[in-house]
Amino acid sequence: MQYQLKINGETRTVDAEPGTPLLWVLRDELQLTGTKFGCGVAYCGACTVHVDGYPTRSCQTFVEDAVDSEITTIEGATDKVAQAVQEAWREKDVVQCGWCQSGQIMSAIGLLTENPRPTDEDIKDYMNGNACRCVTYVRINQAIKLASQKLEA
Amino acid sequence: MNINVSRRGFLKASAAGTTALLVGINAKGVLAAGSTAAAATDLNPFVKIDADGTVTVIIKHFEMGQGTTTGLTTLVAEELDANWDTVVPEFAPADVERYKNLFFGAQGTGGSTSIANSFMQYREAGAAARDLLMRAAAQSWGVDASTITVENGMLSSGGKSGHFGEFVAIAATLSPVEKPAVKTPDQFKLIGSDKLHRKDNTGKTNGTAMFAMDVNLPGMIYAAIIRSPKFGGTVVSFDDSAAKDVGGFIAAQVLPNKAGVVAFGKNTWAAFQARDALSVEWDFSAAETRSTDAMIADHVALLDAPQFDANHEVPLASVAPILEGAAKTIDAQFTFPFLAHAPLEPENCTIEPVGDGVRVHDGCQFPTLTRPMVAATLGIDPSKVEIRTLYAGGSFGRRANAASDYNVEAAMAFAVSGRKVPVKLVWSREDDIKGGYYRPMSAHRAKIGLDADGKIVGWDHRLATKSIAKGGPFEMMVQNGVDPTSVEGVAESLYTLPNMGIGLSDFTTPVPINWWRSVGHTHTGFVMESLMDMVATETGQDPIEMRLAMLDPAGANQARMIEAIKLVREISGWQKGDKRGFAAHFSFNTCVAVVADVTVEDTTVHVNKLFMAVECGVAINPDVIRAQMEGGAGYALSAIFRNEVTLTDGEVDQYNFPDYELLRNPEMPEIEVAIVSSNNAPTGVGEPGVPPTGPAVANAIFAQTGKRILDLPMTKAGFDFV
Repeated sequence: MQYQLKINGETRTVDAEPGTPLLWVLRDELQLTGTKFGCGVAYCGACTVHVDGYPTRSCQTFVEDAVDSEITTIEGATDKVAQAVQEAWREKDVVQCGWCQSGQIMSAIGLLTENPRPTDEDIKDYMNGNACRCVTYVRINQAIKLASQKLEA
Repeated sequence: MNINVSRRGFLKASAAGTTALLVGINAKGVLAAGSTAAAATDLNPFVKIDADGTVTVIIKHFEMGQGTTTGLTTLVAEELDANWDTVVPEFAPADVERYKNLFFGAQGTGGSTSIANSFMQYREAGAAARDLLMRAAAQSWGVDASTITVENGMLSSGGKSGHFGEFVAIAATLSPVEKPAVKTPDQFKLIGSDKLHRKDNTGKTNGTAMFAMDVNLPGMIYAAIIRSPKFGGTVVSFDDSAAKDVGGFIAAQVLPNKAGVVAFGKNTWAAFQARDALSVEWDFSAAETRSTDAMIADHVALLDAPQFDANHEVPLASVAPILEGAAKTIDAQFTFPFLAHAPLEPENCTIEPVGDGVRVHDGCQFPTLTRPMVAATLGIDPSKVEIRTLYAGGSFGRRANAASDYNVEAAMAFAVSGRKVPVKLVWSREDDIKGGYYRPMSAHRAKIGLDADGKIVGWDHRLATKSIAKGGPFEMMVQNGVDPTSVEGVAESLYTLPNMGIGLSDFTTPVPINWWRSVGHTHTGFVMESLMDMVATETGQDPIEMRLAMLDPAGANQARMIEAIKLVREISGWQKGDKRGFAAHFSFNTCVAVVADVTVEDTTVHVNKLFMAVECGVAINPDVIRAQMEGGAGYALSAIFRNEVTLTDGEVDQYNFPDYELLRNPEMPEIEVAIVSSNNAPTGVGEPGVPPTGPAVANAIFAQTGKRILDLPMTKAGFDFV
């Protein structure tokens, strides 16, 4: 089947079987490999993208359900909040292996878009769904705080 | 930033511009220089300096997050007095002669050795390059080389100055000095600096960093494998009629070694779906069919009759009479489960046909194993196997194993596919959790004899576990039947422990096992530091004072450990009678001491804060060291809290993260890491944070509840965690 997807502001046409997770369409068909595969059961958050502005697990989003939505991947995360988050991530040297970090960043952008001044508890609650096997959580939380300050400035 | 990888690409990129200076070692292992203009040189460089002044550091180790690309880059940039912002890392090709780990004699990463083995080698390469540039500038300017100063990528003399790139053409014609002078620690500007940022933190925050699973090649097909549900089973027959209904399915074939059936698809999803639709008949005659309870019982039974003495100075048999005469004994038995490494990027590998050979795209941890294993699988010469090392989405030891299991699977899949198009093998998370290569199960039993004054007079220590080294290329590590990775952490304890006998038994099972971040120390550290806490409790001693008294400061590592313990005592404000937990452990030549602050309400445990102090020699990148301590501690927490791989009739019970739960963001305690100031040679940091964390938490739980954790994970003792 052919599907038209709105990804990072562009309309892309892809050939995919119905029921294919958006994750694999992004990675294998569109070469948008910044979105990662971690578990396939929406339990680790590595595949997080924004669908109509909300952090969404692309491994559990069928391609046919995404056709009318605006999809943003890490490659297209360029707005003010995204920039603040990415800068904060670099300043705090959050990353280790890096595999989960696209998903962490997409969730963090979602958090700060909804709640520009999150408390420590807000951050932990919101980021609970994004697992990091290298355990960079201390720095993730510091970076979100820093990004929040940058946006306020 | 992206890292270019292949030697071919590397030389081509250089040839497109003007001459670049290469400094490294030649086939004889001697420092040598050359230029990309004379590409026939047998030189494989550590440093490349382009005409535009860009400095490329060739990274002989892989990057799984531990920070090696930043660390090795720092070593070269320091000695070169380069501008940090214009120094870029690039992964080395497979070439054991030039890029071997000096501790292994093989090209590979592991044992927390990357910085330690490269420390002088990379600094000398940087220093040699600096010297060549100075002499070239002297020649160019007609001044004496001694008048030249180098700073931030610029050379200056009198009123003249120029950047590195302006002198590479001349420098490439000069011979490097045999033994370049390196800086003394007081001259370091980058080593030890807290201002350097990780070299991989741009690519890993904007989605451009290339990992193995991100490889997309023209014409590539995707592969997924169904493996025996019981370890050691083989394929009798299979039926792919249901797979034929899967859109994008290409074909299914038995692997040549009969360990599984591979399904090919037009994309990863099709390969997964088709694989799941296969129905396979298995031969389980050589398979593991026991359940976990029986396997634990078999480990414990092995403790009754140890097979090998691991301490030759004190045979185990000699300890019993001493314990007979002891005023009191402490007895304890511990058990540990299988653990999965669960790197967040599941195992994957792409094999690409190139001429009469192949290119392996992999987050390759051990090229010296992978290259011949892939070659043998394909029946080609190892020289026909090129390895393109990409970022690895974690490993924790999983990607280095004697069987090169997933590389060989990819090669088998490529072989049965007809060898015409690239094949990408991808493991699902279920494949990873159920796929073996676990941290081995183990059991320990100790009997410690105390005299009337509470002093240790004898120690009978027995353990049973499956050997990691036996039966493979690491067999040469085995001494008199003892695999050092089974007993490390007990056998070379830093404490003064009189009359300690150590008996080892090898457990056998078809379940493949492997090193898991900190290897034997994952269980020996927990056992030793729990036992030390038991001795302290039994004898009414402060756990820290007691340990300090058992460390002889005349020993170099003991002296380092004393420093680490004193530092953690200071930062944690430890008091006598403290209700927190303490543990310290020496592993990979590094000393780490931990104080764990824990709250227990009924059976619910909350770790509030961890204090860690580390002595790892000179701190190259202090922030990377702190990050590794944070990560090592967190990696230990999910394991001791709740992780275990269990078997029922030989089949793994867990399937994915819902029942193999990683540590979550809200569960990570506050953490404070202090680094002992040291000018000792640098030692490992990737693994040593793991071993002392678990027992520090367990000892804190004991301090709060009086309940001793003996069987892991702690959920077995009825605890849960928030």
